[in-house]
Amino acid sequence: MKVLVPVKRVLDYNVKARVKADQSGVDLSNVKMSMNPFDEISVEEAVRMKEAGTATEAIVVSIGPAKAQETIRTALAIGMDRGIHVLTDEDLEPLAIAKILKAIVEAEDAQLVIAGKQAIDNDYGATGSMLAAMLDWPQGTFANTVETSGGSMTVKREVDGGLQTVKLTLPAVVTTDLRLNEPRYARLPDIMKAKKKTIDAKTPEDFGVDTTPRLKTVKVTEPAGRSAGVIVENVEELVASLKKEGVI
Amino acid sequence: MAILVVAEHDNTDLKDATHKTVTAAKQMGGDVDILVAGKNIKDVMAQAAKIDGVRHILGVDHDSLTRQLAEAMQAVIVPLMSEYDAVIAPDTTAHKNYMPRVAAKLDVMQISSITGVESADTFIRPIYAGNAMATVKSSDAKKVITVRTTAFDAAGEGGSADDKMLDAPAAPTTSQFVSEELTKSDRPELAAAKIVVSGGRGVGSAENFAIIESLADKLGAAVGASRAAVDAGYVPNDYQVGQTGKSVAPELYIAIGISGAIQHLAGMKDSKIIVAINKDEDAPIFQVADYGLVADLFKAVPELDAAL
Ligand SMILES: Cc1cc2nc3c(=O)[nH]c(=O)nc-3n(C[C@H](O)[C@H](O)[C@H](O)COP(=O)(O)OP(=O)(O)OC[C@H]3O[C@@H](n4cnc5c(N)ncnc54)[C@H](O)[C@@H]3O)c2cc1C
Ligand SMILES: Cc1cc2nc3c(=O)[nH]c(=O)nc-3n(C[C@H](O)[C@H](O)[C@H](O)COP(=O)(O)OP(=O)(O)OC[C@H]3O[C@@H](n4cnc5c(N)ncnc54)[C@H](O)[C@@H]3O)c2cc1C
Repeated sequence: MKVLVPVKRVLDYNVKARVKADQSGVDLSNVKMSMNPFDEISVEEAVRMKEAGTATEAIVVSIGPAKAQETIRTALAIGMDRGIHVLTDEDLEPLAIAKILKAIVEAEDAQLVIAGKQAIDNDYGATGSMLAAMLDWPQGTFANTVETSGGSMTVKREVDGGLQTVKLTLPAVVTTDLRLNEPRYARLPDIMKAKKKTIDAKTPEDFGVDTTPRLKTVKVTEPAGRSAGVIVENVEELVASLKKEGVI
Repeated sequence: MAILVVAEHDNTDLKDATHKTVTAAKQMGGDVDILVAGKNIKDVMAQAAKIDGVRHILGVDHDSLTRQLAEAMQAVIVPLMSEYDAVIAPDTTAHKNYMPRVAAKLDVMQISSITGVESADTFIRPIYAGNAMATVKSSDAKKVITVRTTAFDAAGEGGSADDKMLDAPAAPTTSQFVSEELTKSDRPELAAAKIVVSGGRGVGSAENFAIIESLADKLGAAVGASRAAVDAGYVPNDYQVGQTGKSVAPELYIAIGISGAIQHLAGMKDSKIIVAINKDEDAPIFQVADYGLVADLFKAVPELDAAL
């Protein structure tokens, strides 16, 4: 089974986003960028499937600027077999990303796509399920545990009430949640080896996908701030303050 | 304009998230209908009919909808959209699961987790863990929207919408429900509770969480947690508050042994009063707390419990 993992290069999760003064967006110049943490989990899962023999080939795809190649190399160092880089300097919407991914899935005849449940920058949480619908495939979102056997896959999902298990007939799309696995770090020899792995260079035009955005960003502003309050001396003072506020 | 709200329910009770979503729908203007898709949903439909300002309640009752799996929900909603300009649902896991599928089938871009409605096509949504607020205008003919329910008041009751049952479409066969392990609790629901008491890595173990739970019970509160506490197995996954867990905005949020990472703050910084108990006076949580207590939680929490 061929597995495809889409990865996104995002503002590192440790960096606090700063809104640009002209309200056009978030300032991404000279800040640390990393692989979306959920995508690290997806890559780890795909590599484990290869190691277990359930996956025959694991392909990593990123759609983004030239620097997205670094993100692909990181995934190759962890153990993905080869990469596909779709070059664009535009910030594409999940709808367009999903359309490009659909074309790649069909060209590669992949049987499983493992995507992140959300990208921590734009937080749309849409790409994986959109792709599943476009392919008319079933989906297992917010995956906590996955298990493949024959032509099906069992996915335990993190839902609001606890955990839910579904059984999907392959091919399918899975989106990863935080507890699926603990991603490994790439080892130096593997980083060196990854430099020799191939990355196909593509553009959105190669797939004939119309990427015109459907949402226009009118403005991006700072959220309403919250300022520090008071430090109370002890529990009695805390209780008295909360009583005064009328919340207890 | 006609707007379809998808109800949040468990086949027995209609959840408050539905009332909040109705408020967002009303702010867009136009006729608001509610879809109840599930199994044996008569009671839920009756509860939905009472929401103020709703036109019709649509019911789809079928075995395949018992768990509202994504593939089945898509099959119900997509054909209905020929009659509607927008479909809108709470951003809980149930709806986050299928709404992007509906959007993809309609070839429109979903507008996720809105916190404000500017007009029928322009919405406000948090990005970057709530560190920026984007105002986006949609050019799509039909809108697919999920709502951050903590940002909207619940619509009132006193309505008397009529109802009609619709036929269920053919059930998809590629996805099947196997089982579920739901967290059992007599406490209020985390997302809707007036008071939330959350514990973090500082609590140290699943056994120690008993002091958090005892305080919560004293206050009639829900129990929440940081990701670190969930990852360490102190509490189940559905306790996680934050950017990638649940968003809460209670009257009172008490963070105990939680440092205040941006991902955690994203899920609770809209709470009315925030209390932090942490032994590290430099913990970032104190920068958003209305009341901070620098103390060892193993001493302070039992003391607080006893003082209430
Ligand atoms: C300030 C700002 C302004 C914006 N303005 C515009 C605008 O004017 N026009 C416009 O079209 N969009 C705009 N956007 C939207 C934004 O760029 C896209 O929505 C975003 O790239 C995809 O959404 P997401 O990452 O939240 O997807 P999610 O659906 O949350 O991502 C989930 C998963 O999908 C996969 N995935 C997502 N993106 C990629 C990718 N590029 N390559 C490979 N895999 C991927 C990954 O597996 C990821 O884990 C703007 C965003 C911001 C923050
Ligand atoms: C992709 C991604 C998504 C994430 N999503 C979320 C999310 O949704 N929600 C979330 O919460 N986190 C999330 N995180 C994790 C987040 O970055 C932090 O790691 C996490 O919130 C830390 O949890 P904590 O505050 O409990 O632990 P720590 O940061 O370790 O803090 C523990 C605190 O306890 C205090 N403490 C220790 N002992 C005592 C004591 N005896 N008495 C009093 N205080 C004590 C310490 O001083 C410290 O401040 C995410 C991270 C990533 C990468």
